[in-house]
Amino acid sequence: MKAAVVIFPGSNRERDVARALKLVSGREPTMVWHADHELPQGTDLVVLPGGFSYGDYLRCGAIAARAPIMDAVRKHAAGGGLVIGICNGFQILCESGLLPGILQRNVGLKFLCKDVFLKVERSDTPFTRGYNAGQVIRVPVAHGEGNYFASAETLEQIEKEGRVLFRYTDVDGKRDAKWNANGASNAIAGVLSEKLNVLGLMPHPENHVEESIGSTDGRGLFAGLVAHFAQAA
Amino acid sequence: MKARVTVTLKNGVLDPQGKAIEGALTSLNVAGVKSVRQGKVFDIELAGTSPEQAEAVLKDAAEKLLANTIIENYRIEVGAD
Repeated sequence: MKAAVVIFPGSNRERDVARALKLVSGREPTMVWHADHELPQGTDLVVLPGGFSYGDYLRCGAIAARAPIMDAVRKHAAGGGLVIGICNGFQILCESGLLPGILQRNVGLKFLCKDVFLKVERSDTPFTRGYNAGQVIRVPVAHGEGNYFASAETLEQIEKEGRVLFRYTDVDGKRDAKWNANGASNAIAGVLSEKLNVLGLMPHPENHVEESIGSTDGRGLFAGLVAHFAQAA
Repeated sequence: MKARVTVTLKNGVLDPQGKAIEGALTSLNVAGVKSVRQGKVFDIELAGTSPEQAEAVLKDAAEKLLANTIIENYRIEVGAD
């Protein structure tokens, strides 16, 4: 699996995700600068990491979404290539129009830095084949603007099309406002594009890939992608 | 030429910051505040164009960057000194 991690000014989780990719796939990802116009030849997976690109100025991800590299990312996605945006990367994907909706300020106004439970809604995507549908995983969140919002029509459409991939739930996979701390519409933590090849999610699976951290629940996402590309090859 | 673009949240879009400000005003005993919605103001200086051209340029700017039209509306005022 040839992965490329895009670095914007203010990204700060690029090394976390690069480490997880190396650990699980055995292959070091290529780091790509935001001002570049092209992705490395043969890129299978593009990752937009977490952080605070451009200091969250204007709106989170708004300025990064207009960076030169994003045209290449759009082209990659249009050709069916896989893209993941984590946290700030999710905000960038929404602002770039690659994913529907937008991430707003958390409903309680607080920056949330803690573990959450996510229900994996389906396992038949390249991003979740390492999990079972309905499985609940524990991964951390660290964000101030993770409150997913989309119009009622958009929400209806993405639900109908099975494009909600991860949802905030309790430990048993039940939806509960108490466990949807940022106030996201329909408790959405991760959403897919129309062709199911672009994923944005607020939580950080890349931080739960090693036993020494206390959880390896995030590993399935990377292991699933490796399996997806191994099968495709 | 001077111009101003005002970006506001659409009706029905949750505004936690506006709510917090509303609460703070109430606790400061500012009387009669029914609700607060927070927005953004951009004061922009344009190089010598006609008001029509300015309007077009600012619309482009608002659509491309200044506003996210999923949740925000924008208003353009040209020649606001």
